[in-house]
Amino acid sequence: MADVKVGDAIPELRVTPDKYLPHRYAGASGDFNPIHIDDEFAKAVGLPRNILHGLYSMGLVARANAALADGDPRALKRLSVQFRGMGMPEQEIVVSGTVKSAEGGRVVVDTVAAQGDNQIIKNAEAELEL
Amino acid sequence: MAIKTDGIGKEWPATTYQVGREKVGEYARALGIENPVHFDVEAARSAGFRDVVAPPMFAVVYSSPAVGPAMFDPDVGMNFAAMVHGAQEFEWAEPACSGDEITTTAKCLDISEKDGKGFYVFETNSVNQNGDQVVRGTWTCIVRGV
Repeated sequence: MADVKVGDAIPELRVTPDKYLPHRYAGASGDFNPIHIDDEFAKAVGLPRNILHGLYSMGLVARANAALADGDPRALKRLSVQFRGMGMPEQEIVVSGTVKSAEGGRVVVDTVAAQGDNQIIKNAEAELEL
Repeated sequence: MAIKTDGIGKEWPATTYQVGREKVGEYARALGIENPVHFDVEAARSAGFRDVVAPPMFAVVYSSPAVGPAMFDPDVGMNFAAMVHGAQEFEWAEPACSGDEITTTAKCLDISEKDGKGFYVFETNSVNQNGDQVVRGTWTCIVRGV
């Protein structure tokens, strides 16, 4: 793999999940919690609307980091995230990251996923073997 | 009120999940992942995999059935109405491929209280049919107003 240096940015990933994405992710993952797929239920429990699955957003963080290895699913060795603000369907998610360390083929990337000013995943740390 | 900590150290029965090509493809499509190794068995084999390979975060699909009962256990006693998924970590070893039978165990690592919030930490460990380590997961749930 090409030389990855401390301070390099990973290719920015921009995804706008459509209205039905939480339903597709629910089917794919098996997580049918109604706060993700039922707008009325979500509002009844005090949320602004149905919200994205946090693990979907984490999946995008994994996808963005795998891009450093041309999408090779073997590259990602560890991913640690904190879920913060709620992610909303129909709003663009931007995943960005910066290489924090790079030694002997092991690369650690600090990653953030945000919708506008709202960081939905922060302090994400991905460790890749390139 | 002191938080109930009876669940610390408890382990739950293992669950087994058989990875299938269509579920792997469905997951990859939902995430917008386009690498053919997740859809096409020939592409997967020529890249050195036994069969269609799962994206790393497919780990949630085969390990959730093990951690679900742990989170609902009365010994753990989490108030679901006030719970949010606070943090998550996975550490991967052998990739999961279609045809694999992945066995996952769950354990409650810690229950603690800070600033009126309860922190519940669970660990899952997944191995494949050959006994190879696949993934270890750490799941942190935060409950407000404990």
